[in-house]
Amino acid sequence: MAIIHVDGQAYEVNGADNLLQACLSLGLDIPYFCWHPAMGSVGACRQCAVRQYKDADDDQGMLVMSCMTPAKDQTRIDIEDEEARTFRASVVEWLMINHPHDCPVCEEGGHCHLQDMTVMTGHDRRRYRFSKRTRRNQNLGPFIGHEMNRCITCYRCVRFYNDYAGGTDLGAFGSKDNVYFGRYEEGTLESPFAGNLTEVCPTGVFTDKSHAAHYTRKWDLQFAPSICHQCAMGCNISPGERGGSLRRIENRYHGDVNGYFLCDRGRFGYGYVNRSDRPKVPEWRAQLDQTPTHLEVDAALDHITDALRHARRVIGIGSPRASLESNHQLRELVGDKHFSTGIEAQEQACLERMNHLQRTAGLPTPTPREIERHDAILILGEDPVQSAGRLGLNLRQAALARRETMGEKLDVPTWDAEALKTLGQDSYHPLHIAWPTTTELDSVAIRHSLAPEEIARLGFAVAHIIDPSAPAVDRLDTATRETAQQIADDLMAAERPLVVSGGTLTSEAILEAAGNIAKALSMHAKQAGLVLIRREANSTGLALMGGQPLDWALDELAQGNADALVVLENDLYQRLPAKQVDAALARADIRIVLDHQRTPTTDKASILLPAASFAETSGTLVNLEGRAQRFFQVFEPAYLRPEARLHASWHWLHSLAVSLRGEPPKAIHLDQATQACAEAYSSLAGMAQAAPGADHRIAGLPLAREPHRYSGRTAMRAHLNVNEPRPPQDPDTPFAHSMEGYSGFDRPRQQVPFAWAPGWNSPQAWNKFTDEVGGHLRGGDPGVRLIQPAPGHQGHYHQPVQSAEGTNALRALILPRLFGGEETSSLAAPIQQRTEQPSVILSADDAQRLALKTGDRVNIGEGTTLPVYVQPDWPTGWAGLPAGLVAGVLQGATLTLSAGDKP
Amino acid sequence: MSQPTDNQPIANQRSSVRYRSRLMQSEAERHADTHPLTWRLRDDGAVVWLDEHLHKNGYQSVRKALDAGDPQAVIATMKEANVRGRGGAGFSAGLKWSLTLQGDDIPRGYLICNADEMEPGTFKDRLLLEQQPHLLIEGMILGAYANNAFYGYIFLRSEYVQAAQVLNRAIDEAREAGWLGANINGSGFDFDIAVHTGAGRYICGEETALLNALEGGRANPRSKPPFPGQSGAWGKPSVVNNVETLCNVPGVVLNGADWYQGLSGERTDDGGTKLYGVSGPVENPGLWELPIGTTGAELLDRARGMRGNHQLKAWLPGGASTGFLLPEHLALPLDFDTVGKEGSRLGTGLMTVVPQAQSMVSLMRNMEEFFARESCGWCTPCRDGLPWSVKLLLALEHGEGEPGDIELLDKLAADCGPSLTFCAHAPGAAMPLQAALKHFRHEFEQGVKKPRGEMHSTTMTHEQ
Repeated sequence: MAIIHVDGQAYEVNGADNLLQACLSLGLDIPYFCWHPAMGSVGACRQCAVRQYKDADDDQGMLVMSCMTPAKDQTRIDIEDEEARTFRASVVEWLMINHPHDCPVCEEGGHCHLQDMTVMTGHDRRRYRFSKRTRRNQNLGPFIGHEMNRCITCYRCVRFYNDYAGGTDLGAFGSKDNVYFGRYEEGTLESPFAGNLTEVCPTGVFTDKSHAAHYTRKWDLQFAPSICHQCAMGCNISPGERGGSLRRIENRYHGDVNGYFLCDRGRFGYGYVNRSDRPKVPEWRAQLDQTPTHLEVDAALDHITDALRHARRVIGIGSPRASLESNHQLRELVGDKHFSTGIEAQEQACLERMNHLQRTAGLPTPTPREIERHDAILILGEDPVQSAGRLGLNLRQAALARRETMGEKLDVPTWDAEALKTLGQDSYHPLHIAWPTTTELDSVAIRHSLAPEEIARLGFAVAHIIDPSAPAVDRLDTATRETAQQIADDLMAAERPLVVSGGTLTSEAILEAAGNIAKALSMHAKQAGLVLIRREANSTGLALMGGQPLDWALDELAQGNADALVVLENDLYQRLPAKQVDAALARADIRIVLDHQRTPTTDKASILLPAASFAETSGTLVNLEGRAQRFFQVFEPAYLRPEARLHASWHWLHSLAVSLRGEPPKAIHLDQATQACAEAYSSLAGMAQAAPGADHRIAGLPLAREPHRYSGRTAMRAHLNVNEPRPPQDPDTPFAHSMEGYSGFDRPRQQVPFAWAPGWNSPQAWNKFTDEVGGHLRGGDPGVRLIQPAPGHQGHYHQPVQSAEGTNALRALILPRLFGGEETSSLAAPIQQRTEQPSVILSADDAQRLALKTGDRVNIGEGTTLPVYVQPDWPTGWAGLPAGLVAGVLQGATLTLSAGDKP
Repeated sequence: MSQPTDNQPIANQRSSVRYRSRLMQSEAERHADTHPLTWRLRDDGAVVWLDEHLHKNGYQSVRKALDAGDPQAVIATMKEANVRGRGGAGFSAGLKWSLTLQGDDIPRGYLICNADEMEPGTFKDRLLLEQQPHLLIEGMILGAYANNAFYGYIFLRSEYVQAAQVLNRAIDEAREAGWLGANINGSGFDFDIAVHTGAGRYICGEETALLNALEGGRANPRSKPPFPGQSGAWGKPSVVNNVETLCNVPGVVLNGADWYQGLSGERTDDGGTKLYGVSGPVENPGLWELPIGTTGAELLDRARGMRGNHQLKAWLPGGASTGFLLPEHLALPLDFDTVGKEGSRLGTGLMTVVPQAQSMVSLMRNMEEFFARESCGWCTPCRDGLPWSVKLLLALEHGEGEPGDIELLDKLAADCGPSLTFCAHAPGAAMPLQAALKHFRHEFEQGVKKPRGEMHSTTMTHEQ
């Protein structure tokens, strides 16, 4: 702690900060551009000048850049110094020399940091009277628009893209007043985190193309605090809606989970919400070949009730992409003994194993923020960027943090970004990745290309080295033994080693090996951690809730032990081979499916109930940390589409249950649905506290979903009816579907639909909501951890697996894909455009055996042909297949490749 | 690496076509004890190769220092001699060396020679690089030894093609003779040198931008601290010294600090000699090695005064980034502190003469065009402020200035002051502009002929 004096006032600040950070954290406004809380200082823009005095006797002082000046104890500065103010106004005036002033047609307008800073400095007269330079723009792919004329050369884009996120295809070109930020040639930005440029850029150079396609100003959007549904990371997002469709997704700051950044799947994968082919009203058909009949809600409920009453046994199939509330209502409807999680058996076994390990392996699970402080990492059988998007950025920061350790010796502060980069060069904290093919993290990692069983054996061997009482691995080859030794040495030399594994390869052996390492590390009382990656948004939650795996449900149906089926937001064909699903569905006379998308499963429904998507309803998810987080309804779909009958699945299922019991119709509200779920499972008891209930008020007010400048409310429905109804009432949440309500920053709160503070319209407004810039929300970061390590070491070591017997069979190794590897985001057009051409990866040996070479096309079954890619260090006996491409092919399934058509 | 195929001295091969830095003192005038930088140079301008260099007492300083086996003693002597950086900043080289991190747990770093001589009006390092490569190599070995550097780079201005050839051949000679490479002269000390030619940017002469360029990055300067001596090239302790500074080291090591201090006599507190020069409309432009503290008047005398009917209007003491001085300042000794007190800088010590007939507005426009063009583009005042000043100066030059333009130039120059910009580039651009606006304001006022805010007949579309 340090005392600094600002404009004559004494404040207590963190002495390790720079003055800009310190002042912003105090709530004092200093304009800035090149500094970013996650990326530190570089002193380029010169916008944050203040006057600093040497000591109490110095009345002259000198102008310094607050971002490059340590907030040392007894520092004296004036922000309001006249010379500092005019200099800051000069800086904006210079930045504006070539800026086109095209705010009215700029996508950034209204949430533009440059606008905010220009107003803040008071620059409002243009003195430059000469010509402006103009630039060509590039097509940067389906995600990002490019308008270089607006550039103010703050260098944030390349610093984020290259230094922070590890990208290589965006650069600064040229010099003097003609620095160009772009690719060396037009083309799609390759980094899976490129979307963050839209928020990192302080003006409208990099903008969200998906937003531009149906543009609305920030102040005209309706927001709610939401959670990304596109993987298990649980990033907090602010989806914005207008006119009944989602227009964009922005990052919603969470100090522990996602900080300032999202991955591109989460940011650009929302298009499925807006698809015109979504089911909007209940559909019924007696025969599969019939055209569906549309039903009213009551008729649909009556119809289903009638059908289920006559059923012998009803199986309920839940979903790891649906909320806990919806899954619980399904389970209530069909009963515990008839409930399936909807997850394939091997995957579910892995999920249960992971929950178990998190409790008993002896190591806590760090938050994603804490991951960045771990100083040696082993990733066992995962490709985190592909399987958990945002997590990859955290792991990368952990590796990069080595430079901060090096900087400590030279007193280089952690915020001095360029100095640390110079000092660190290519030095990273050890990051070992056991994974058969290239990963996004390879540039900062040591990768060990191994087959799944060998990954597990490597892990067991590492555990044995760390703790000899852990079982040894038989017949380990020298190379693996040396690798294991190197990994064990690195983990043991670290203060805070971290083990990362997960369910991607659906290998319990790999998880057990990770568990052994965790347990071995915990014996050494290290501040170690264990992170386990799950696949889907609510995989962790479903495993906590429990239930039979999907295979069981299909068996019950196929064997005639049940004749009716209720499927919740789940495409069964994504999970098990089509033959197996077909056989089961053929035996089910009644097939009720609830979903917000059309899938092969909804095509088989006898009654299809249109479910609300994440943007249209609320609920609770549990992320890969075990953190229960609530997502809230962004907009009420019926307001602008009165014909739509979209309801939360938990709402539908509750109504069905009531109807089935013959009770009079009775509404259920979110808080009741949440509470019911929390009470039903001890493992989920904490979920009710994940977010405030519907009665939450700030200063007596509900929380506004719309900014106070929201326009056009009275005209919004004029095309339907000139009478303006009151805005939709929301009995489920503390949020109002209007601008009426609290939307300020001064009272601490967890749930912030959109970040705005007076003078701060851009995402930089989050700094007004945090306890210190880059810290935690003053109201606390949202969510509740449901999984805690049990005290004492209850776990035991697992026995290593044997090496696989050599056979000629080729087994499928499904590789996760950020773009195209997830069901719902794959329905969004930008993600489809971004999805790379898939291929089958084979080892050189297998390729030779099968007389194939790179570029040949092979048939992999189900009528899919793919080009072959022969990768030199790929494990023999395995065929790498991209996830999401051939639905129903399971990890490890035996494949027969046949020559495909020539391209 | 290209080498001449015949035995002709490289310098003679195309001396008739290319410009060469001219030393205006004959061999007879130059002596080992009074002209440590130039006494070995030949009147015919041919390169002093290894044999001749050795014959003229070459590498004796290296032998002496390595035999003594005390790197810290070298630093101590340099500090005592107070050799001030000849690149223009005048920082004590010995003090800089004493701050280089050294120790068992600290990696050996780099000794880098800043040979990116691109200051307008400056051509002194070129002479030493082209005609006397071994003195520089000698100085670099001593610098490396003192600073525990394992490798040296000569960051050379790419246009100095001849210097590159000379240096590469000299380095080969030295390596073959055992003065570079492993175990130099049996001392156990290892050091080698490579020549790195720049890509033609003035900013690469700024030592930290030089380091970024050397690493293959953008030539943006670095923020200090940490200083290069703590974290320099590739994050290792690095020392960057100017060519002339390094060429002073062998003499200091061989003859001691007192001798060095004595070279300048009573003229100044600074020690040693200085390669001074004069360019502009004088009768006899060129270079002289003179005791530091020689006056401008004496220099102008050696250049035999103004050419023809030209009258002296103003002069730059050491390059375009130093402030203008007036004829009345000619009597001052040209050392770092004296010139600094007059609001200018000694800079490189090569004086540029401005005649009465020269428009200061045009001159400033020309100079600011240079500085604006050479901005690395990192910090805002320099990147966007300097081009604006160019456009204002152009308007004034064309009689299209408006009321307020001169005040705007005042403000632009003030806003490019030290600490306001990231490095010294923009302050270097501002210093002569401020001096010109102060001393010759009337010339700028003559360009203000248009009313404010009215459309102009000529559109100012000047692009650089």
